[in-house]
Amino acid sequence: MKPFVVHEGIGAPLRMSNVDTDQILPSRFLKRVTRSGFGDGLFIGWRESPDFVLNRPAYTHATVLVAGTDFGIGSSREAAVWALQDYGFRAVIAPRFGDIFRTNAGKSGLVAVELAESKVERLWDYCELNPGATITIDLEARTVMAGDDIKESFMIDDYLRRRLLNGLDEIAITLTSGDAIAAFESERPRIKPRVFES
Amino acid sequence: MVEKIWNRQAIVRGDDQPDLLYIDMHFVHEVSSPQAFDGLRAKGRSVRRPDLTIATEDHNVPTDTLELREPTGRLQVQTMRRNCLEFGVTLYRLGDEGQGIVHVIGPETGLTQPGMVMVCGDSHTSTHGALGALAFGIGTSEVEHVLATQTLPQQRPRTMVVTVTGRLPLGVSAKDLALVLIARVGTGGGQGFVVEYRGEAITALSIEERMTLCNMSIEWGARAGLVGPDQTTFAYLRGRRFAPSDELWAEAQEYWHSLRTDEGATFDEEIELDASSVVPFVTWGTNPGQGVALSDVVPSPDEFTDPEERSAAQRALSYMDLTPGTRMRDVVVDTVFIGSCTNGRIEDLRAAAEVLRGRRVADGVRLLIVPGSMAVKRQAEEEGLDEVFVAAGAQWRGAGCSMCIGMNPDIVGPGERTASTSNRNFEGRQGPGARTHLVSPAVAAATAVVGRLSAPADIDAEKVPTPVSAARP
Repeated sequence: MKPFVVHEGIGAPLRMSNVDTDQILPSRFLKRVTRSGFGDGLFIGWRESPDFVLNRPAYTHATVLVAGTDFGIGSSREAAVWALQDYGFRAVIAPRFGDIFRTNAGKSGLVAVELAESKVERLWDYCELNPGATITIDLEARTVMAGDDIKESFMIDDYLRRRLLNGLDEIAITLTSGDAIAAFESERPRIKPRVFES
Repeated sequence: MVEKIWNRQAIVRGDDQPDLLYIDMHFVHEVSSPQAFDGLRAKGRSVRRPDLTIATEDHNVPTDTLELREPTGRLQVQTMRRNCLEFGVTLYRLGDEGQGIVHVIGPETGLTQPGMVMVCGDSHTSTHGALGALAFGIGTSEVEHVLATQTLPQQRPRTMVVTVTGRLPLGVSAKDLALVLIARVGTGGGQGFVVEYRGEAITALSIEERMTLCNMSIEWGARAGLVGPDQTTFAYLRGRRFAPSDELWAEAQEYWHSLRTDEGATFDEEIELDASSVVPFVTWGTNPGQGVALSDVVPSPDEFTDPEERSAAQRALSYMDLTPGTRMRDVVVDTVFIGSCTNGRIEDLRAAAEVLRGRRVADGVRLLIVPGSMAVKRQAEEEGLDEVFVAAGAQWRGAGCSMCIGMNPDIVGPGERTASTSNRNFEGRQGPGARTHLVSPAVAAATAVVGRLSAPADIDAEKVPTPVSAARP
């Protein structure tokens, strides 16, 4: 996972709530066995419409998506995160995220920033008044900045922040608890099922 | 109960990091796993507990043939077969006796038991909560994590209790209850919570009905939903293949009993719902919270005071091609789908058969009935339900996710309207441009007969269906 410390990039205002994972990446695009190449299907239902934000030249190269509440609700498909990353996004800002999407983003290094609705509203206005303007996300300082006036702090779980800042392999972290896992397994109730006896 | 399960399964508890939770059973399917197995290979890691891992082919497989004709879907299935062989994971392949939708085969084989922590790279893993398991959906990176370590770092969730008082009226199902609940709390209402369902109405539900309810937990944002184990749970489990043997049964029962929520336990949030007020419910929009009673009309965006909800309603009506004020019962459908991890079990098929017996599907309507597993298929055929379906003009299929997900050959065409017993009515969910109305199995079957959204009671009142177009002039 690529470390994320500070990122400055064009902000794209997506004034919509409840953008579910079927809208981010429909299931028919899930038939890959790799982590890359999903960008083709990103927001495919809207990509034909000239009004869609990413079709407007100022926002085509956006790397920070500013969306409405409950972004990424629905299925557990991590490919929704990979599709956003494949397109070039490094971060998504929204008032609230679908639970699994937010977790997936954290695992894959896409930064999901939660900001209150009024603050997202200000960012939308800013991005629309200044098409192509950039937004800066400083994960170290936990701030979102845009233009001269916008500087918002955000909350993020410390453990996740540490992992993102350093691009840490979480499985390697867990494997350091190998003894504790083995000890737990040796005392696991015998009533619990196993697919086969090993 | 959530707390009790959590405390038993948290191996490592850290102040500055999430708890490390032991996973009792990990279900794997072809779509969310290939990159996880790749990750293991890249780091030279193995599957820690193949005996606590089980795989099935369900999402992209066809239900009318055993032949995988579509090349990208075939590659995914073949990749899965290769991965399971290489890493020693038991796999139910398309055509196998045990194959089926992951959330149907877990409970029916007895692999799902009270107090277990279970995960799968699929959001509807919450289904297994019906048996008192803590079960939730995970992404592919987490699938890799579980394969490698049999654990998952997890933040302790907040808890919520949904108390459903009274009894569901006759002809009203757990699906209606779920849709009513979601319409009330909204798609984000359960965000960050694990929900325990309880109350008189829940106790009265069968295990399969509880599965339908728990399955839909994710549709209002809750990552998991569960029901405390009781006599209904024990009776369901007894004798199933992976259930505790007779000699371990007493021990198991004692263990399961000890998990139940203590009297007076507190939750972070509480919701109460009166079951006797639940009626047959259908969705009109593009998220599961946009629903009304079948007897109601398509709402107007003006009815929503919240500007976000108003614009979402506008967008939904335009996508669904519905006019405010149209009676839901006047909405004409092209396709009806009965199946999925929400409503593809034997009781669902029986409910559909009861409506379809001796009747015919309306002209021009395509009815697909897809059992959730091969075991459900066998059971239905033993009971002769397949004959009822075929005689009514339905297509009787093999097991799989089918038309719920739009990534296998069973899709709804652009602009087509469907009444579906599945779980999501998102834009394009069942195929590009498909318009979905979520319904219960009984409403689905009645809709197929009438040709318009209907309850079984409407059929006799509608001897000669004269469909009225729901489309704008």
